[in-house]
Amino acid sequence: MELTRRDAAAALAALGAGGAVGYAAHEWGSGGDDSPDAPDDGLATDEEVRDALVAVAEVVYPSAVSGIAAFVESFLAGRLEREDHGRGVRETVGELDELASEWYDGPVAELDPEDRDRLLREVGADVADENPEGTTAERVRYYVVNELLLALYASPRGGELVGIENPQGHPGGTDTYQRGTP
Amino acid sequence: MSGPATNRARNRAVDRTPVDGADVCVIGAGPAGGLVAARLADAGYDVVVLDAGPRFDPGDRQERMERAIRPAYDRPDVWGVGGERDAHAATGEWFYPLNHARVKGVGGSTLHWQGMVMRLHEADFNSRSERGVGVDWPIDYADLRPYYAEAERELGVAGADDNPFGPPREEPYPMPAFPPSYSDSLFAAACEELGISMHSVGNARNSETYDGRSECVGYGTCQPVCPSGAKYDATVHVERAEQAGATVIDRAPVQYLEHSADAVRAAEYATPDGETHRQEAEAFVVACGGVETPRLLLLSESEEYPGGLANASGLVGKFFMDHLFAGTGGVLDEPTRQNHVGFITSESHQFYDEADAEVGPFKLEFFNYAGPSPVELALTGDDWGDALLERLNAEYGDHVAVGALVEQLPREDSYVALDPERTDHLDSPVPDVHWNVGDRALETIERANQVQEQILDELGAEVTWQAGPDSTGPAYHHMGTTRMGNDPEESVVDPQCRTHDLDNCWIAGSSVFPTGGAMNPTLTIAALALRVAEDIERSL
Ligand SMILES: Cc1cc2nc3c(=O)[nH]c(=O)nc-3n(C[C@H](O)[C@H](O)[C@H](O)COP(=O)(O)OP(=O)(O)OC[C@H]3O[C@@H](n4cnc5c(N)ncnc54)[C@H](O)[C@@H]3O)c2cc1C
Ligand code: SF4
Repeated sequence: MELTRRDAAAALAALGAGGAVGYAAHEWGSGGDDSPDAPDDGLATDEEVRDALVAVAEVVYPSAVSGIAAFVESFLAGRLEREDHGRGVRETVGELDELASEWYDGPVAELDPEDRDRLLREVGADVADENPEGTTAERVRYYVVNELLLALYASPRGGELVGIENPQGHPGGTDTYQRGTP
Repeated sequence: MSGPATNRARNRAVDRTPVDGADVCVIGAGPAGGLVAARLADAGYDVVVLDAGPRFDPGDRQERMERAIRPAYDRPDVWGVGGERDAHAATGEWFYPLNHARVKGVGGSTLHWQGMVMRLHEADFNSRSERGVGVDWPIDYADLRPYYAEAERELGVAGADDNPFGPPREEPYPMPAFPPSYSDSLFAAACEELGISMHSVGNARNSETYDGRSECVGYGTCQPVCPSGAKYDATVHVERAEQAGATVIDRAPVQYLEHSADAVRAAEYATPDGETHRQEAEAFVVACGGVETPRLLLLSESEEYPGGLANASGLVGKFFMDHLFAGTGGVLDEPTRQNHVGFITSESHQFYDEADAEVGPFKLEFFNYAGPSPVELALTGDDWGDALLERLNAEYGDHVAVGALVEQLPREDSYVALDPERTDHLDSPVPDVHWNVGDRALETIERANQVQEQILDELGAEVTWQAGPDSTGPAYHHMGTTRMGNDPEESVVDPQCRTHDLDNCWIAGSSVFPTGGAMNPTLTIAALALRVAEDIERSL
């Protein structure tokens, strides 16, 4: 199943991008500490966040979906606009990349899929309960793993994988609940 | 959601000082207070509404919805309930989770509610004479009937006149009912075999555009938040009151009602800047919900009223009731299409009026959200990728459930009191919800469970869970704590909901219910609130 930017827009519409921001409104290359005079505050840049989340999505999404890069990029653009949330994502990706570099000699995006999976489990994100203010494991679960799972499974495309065209969080109208399996 | 800095800025900017020369002061901005305020403001009176909680930004609703879905947040977090402000005790035989059962702020608990609305049945007003238990209300269904119709228009109710067991109605619902769900059609076949009639449910939720609000778009998170505004909440009436000139002051918990022997003089309220103010008015309406209303009266004790204001009867806080939940669920070997929307479309009141002294009234609810929602499942568990998808497919898709609401009788040993030990952020004693349920309610749950099992059995479902007498819980309907009656020794308010003891003080809300029936209470709250507004108008 091919995910598209439109699917990302649907996921964003469901979860609220923060105002009326569509994915097009986000200027890639902002935020984080990539500009020469930005302090090194451990915040991942736009590109680092995108690359890391696309790489993680390739592990946490089922193999049946494709088009992950465009989907994740569009979704993230909206989510990073939400100030506090965006900061949490950047901080957490920064930490995850640092751990990846210590343990595997490179940021998440540069690891092969088995190592990404292993890294996430070594961090503890598989068994942690999500918590935006918790331990590293809990924050990786909240801002990285669950962020991606939420994007997928609150969107109609992700819902379809499970047999629900109008998943919770998606304003899919009042027809589907009346119908049997399409 | 706005951070502390913006909140501070906003608090500075808002004028929370009292209004001079107010006719009416309404305390509590839920549906009860909102309706009274809107009616009286429309009629040209100078109305002030004080609410303990904040005015929520409608722009935050989608973020609140995300909180509703994500496991990091507990239900009370969605609307900021909890902490010192909302501390409480629960010393009864049954634990009462008060902060799951209310919201404080403009809109009140309807911000969180499910929005199922139905009229009480005729016999509910005459429990003692018809069923041999409880007490009779001092008013009948016929007295409330025109107000019910008005309340349906005010809230915007989608429904159909297809309930063979319901009380008589005079006019159609303001909006057509939501059509039955796919799973309702599965139940219908089984119920037909068993001779059980199903019918539509009143929903305070727009099946078409109504009153300037959107039709339901199927977010499916109705409880605890509807991002589209299709589900009625009391901000509708609070805003209408404001448009008609009322003043609404948020974050203004009333601490004390200053009074003489026969009248309330002023409501003393605290503001976030640490100040205390006095709002004077000709008439006062206490509409703080079934727990905070008796609490405020008990806090307002004096030499004249040593046991609490309006409490010459000694019954303020007594007879706390809720509805109890009974449910049975299971799985089928075919898709059941659950969790597309967050509301139900079919019920059965068939067994309701079989009630007697041993078994109370109950109504059956056919769920459209049985079993887990896939999104929520996906965010918990230690798997991802294909393994997660496999689990989602295994766990979602074939669940069914039938719920029920069950009446509990009023009992003096079930009550709301002030906790002698604990105080809130303003040093006021917190409420203690001392909840006892009684055997008849438990018998009724068993009876409801039996019917539910029959239905699931006929359907061919394998039963996987049951909420029975040992595992039941409250439906979050707080009733009975300032009961209505003709006799000042046996009740707190008169049939017009005016306190027996004070000439200018009315109580709006389910605390005036002498018995609860087994219907969700808010349509009755709304009908009574409209009557209260009329009575105040007559008296001013
Ligand atoms: C999860 C949930 C689901 C529900 N589902 C349904 C349903 O499907 N159908 C139904 O009929 N009912 C339902 N209810 C119940 C329904 O929400 C209540 O019956 C209704 O909101 C009560 O209205 P009210 O105005 O009396 O009180 P509330 O809505 O509770 O409002 C009271 C207001 O008073 C304010 N207040 C309290 N103390 C003070 C004070 N000292 N000073 C100033 N202000 C004060 C509070 O801040 C609050 O805003 C549900 C409730 C919950 C929690
Ligand atoms: S299903 Fe309808 S009423 Fe419920 S949250 Fe969605 S739009 Fe609101």
